[in-house]
Amino acid sequence: MTDLPADMSTGRAGSILVPSRLMTRRNATEWRFRMYGVCAIAVSLSVLAIMLWTIFADGISSFRQTSVTFPVLLDAETLDPDGNRDRAEMTGVTTIGYGKVIDRAFLSLLTSEGIAVEGLSDKDARGILSKEAAGQLRARVLADPAIVGQTINMTLWTNARIDGYYKGRVTMETAVRDGNVSPEQLQLADLLQERGILSMPFNWEFLTGPDASDQRPEAAGLGISIIGSIYMMIIVALLCVPIGVAASIYLEEFAPKNRWTDLIEVNISNLAAVPSIVYGILGLAVFINFAELPQSSSLVGALVLTLMTLPTIIIATRASIRAVPPSIRDAALGVGASKMQTVMHHVLPLAMPGILTGAILGLATALGETAPLLLIGMVAFVDNFPAVAASGVLEPATALPVQVYGWAQRSDPAFIERSSGAIIVLLFFLVIMNAVAIILRRRFERRW
Amino acid sequence: MSLLKLSASTIAIAAVSATAAMARDQVQVTGSSTVLPYATIVAEAFGENFDFPSPVVEGGGSGAGRKKLCEGVGENTVDVANSSSRISQSDIDLCAANGVTEIMEVRIGYDGIVFASDINGPEFAFTPAHIYNALAAQVVVDGALAANANTNWNQIDASFADQDILMFVPGTKHGTREVFDTKVIVAGCKDTGAYDLFLAVATGADDKEKEDAAKDACMALRTDGVSVDIDGDYTETLARVDADANAIGVFGLSFYQNNTDKLRVATMGGVVPSTESIAAGEYPVSRPLYFYVKKAHIGVIPGLKEYIEFFVSDDMAGPDGPLAEYGLVSDPELAATQAAVAAETPMGPLE
Repeated sequence: MTDLPADMSTGRAGSILVPSRLMTRRNATEWRFRMYGVCAIAVSLSVLAIMLWTIFADGISSFRQTSVTFPVLLDAETLDPDGNRDRAEMTGVTTIGYGKVIDRAFLSLLTSEGIAVEGLSDKDARGILSKEAAGQLRARVLADPAIVGQTINMTLWTNARIDGYYKGRVTMETAVRDGNVSPEQLQLADLLQERGILSMPFNWEFLTGPDASDQRPEAAGLGISIIGSIYMMIIVALLCVPIGVAASIYLEEFAPKNRWTDLIEVNISNLAAVPSIVYGILGLAVFINFAELPQSSSLVGALVLTLMTLPTIIIATRASIRAVPPSIRDAALGVGASKMQTVMHHVLPLAMPGILTGAILGLATALGETAPLLLIGMVAFVDNFPAVAASGVLEPATALPVQVYGWAQRSDPAFIERSSGAIIVLLFFLVIMNAVAIILRRRFERRW
Repeated sequence: MSLLKLSASTIAIAAVSATAAMARDQVQVTGSSTVLPYATIVAEAFGENFDFPSPVVEGGGSGAGRKKLCEGVGENTVDVANSSSRISQSDIDLCAANGVTEIMEVRIGYDGIVFASDINGPEFAFTPAHIYNALAAQVVVDGALAANANTNWNQIDASFADQDILMFVPGTKHGTREVFDTKVIVAGCKDTGAYDLFLAVATGADDKEKEDAAKDACMALRTDGVSVDIDGDYTETLARVDADANAIGVFGLSFYQNNTDKLRVATMGGVVPSTESIAAGEYPVSRPLYFYVKKAHIGVIPGLKEYIEFFVSDDMAGPDGPLAEYGLVSDPELAATQAAVAAETPMGPLE
């Protein structure tokens, strides 16, 4: 103790009520240290807040979609020229024919409502409707050919620019410069809104519908990617949890401690740190080129994600098995239980909350992963829903993060909104998974 | 453990159904991200109007797509590769080595490349020579080559606005860069006389090698931060142009047409880029777009023939079709392409 400060080494005892210089300095240091911590938290919270703010500001509007509702006369002459109401014959009429039916209905609506905008051609007037409309009508008619000849009420989307007008993305000023929308079309939309024909209901199709092409951002939905993600999570959970738990139990409870198990241990830790795209390359070589599993299918995606998640789950499981105190094992062995009975009846149930938490966090990582899916053909435009049956996992699908990535690349500004909307949905699933993990930990965690 | 049994049976079911459901019933398309929006538009309309499922369309780049096409024949390989540049001899050789002997080449139309800046900025009327003088590593100063010292557009041409030079050009992995290099940079190199100076000092065994060396020298862009390579897609270029009012970006015509409210387009050689001026052959910076079809898969993969016929039909690729509306310059020789597709004519050797 040679470096004692001068005022202490003099031996004159100060009062504890009057802070000495040293004391003040130490207190100040501690206060500063605490403030550093507060600053660190403030920085990370503000980054999170900025991120959430931009995502929600851009994306929340994608859950509402501008649409118009009006009666459509399903003209039998156009839609079923042979008059037999036979589905096979009616498939000869393409969406171009259905488009004309919608155009006629829309223009006659404008006439009957007395809506006219100066300088707006008929072509531009019907141009405010989505190009998806014809396809929607065709699917509805082919599903029920008997409705041909009747007048039905259809709710159809407007195109993305009109939708953007009500979401603040398009204004009268930008419409002048914009080649895809004119101020007259916006005036028409305003007139339709005044008459209650145009409204902005909650957009369920955003959650249930399939993806759409670059010309129809208003129709793009997350349905297929949500199904793909759910399929993959189910398969990943079914594969990862049993394999991961079995591997961890063996390594922790049964395996001898020697050079081989050390090697395995080091490799597991290494695998957990391998960039995820590497698993994609592996998946392409093994599952698609060698095992000849179908491309773009959620089964291949799930197998790749399983490889990626396994090390994480093994590490988490081993940690929670190790956290079970040795006294439990000793007591079980002491009353005559076999090694397997000890593990199955005592160690595993006690470690279960930790294992489940680790598994769910591992799944949450897998849910947000895009890179490995890039190489196995899941970053794609998929327009058909995979089947609900088990064979559905072999049909093409996408995943939520993939859809975010795909939409962010598209040229129409409406896809930026949709991309942020998809992030909100993805965050929602992640928050749910993490909340489940926290609840499991709170409810079942044992303390010794 | 019931969980174990459950997972074991799932794997078993999956394995059994994998062998049963091996027959693929949808067309697989991959390749160029420039062609991707067109292919998705066609795929969507195809799914709406035919009883076949919609094709699955992937992006990823022209070169990567052609390599995937050439991986071999069989249901776990792709059927169609979109490409924004023509197939090369090395691709054809790779295909032949893997048993893909017959490939159909289908030209779907043309695509333009435009130069655009912030909507509130000044107007520009470029020639290839202007772009070359702004971006090349070496330019002609007083009849000799010198390192490029231009920093302001009014140094390039007195009629231009007083604005710092900053250009975002597509990175070398993009097919767009190839067109930018050959149609703008090399053309500008020749116009400014730099090409002749490069050729004079070029080394090579014969004239052709010397010309190639001179062209390579032309395509060397300056590295002092004035020319920025964008490896992402046009949305990234747009974001950077938005952030910097001085910046000029290189975009595809269709991308520009979807963002006319934010971008001001520059003319090239006095011609405003549009589908009309490109179709008329007036706008110089354009290129053909293709897709390549594995002929062995026609008749095996349901809907493949119908999909490619639908793609080049007048309803889709014609001058009034949805592809033209999105920004594709429709091919004046579309009828010949339709006939070749109907007859399933494979492509001959490259000229």
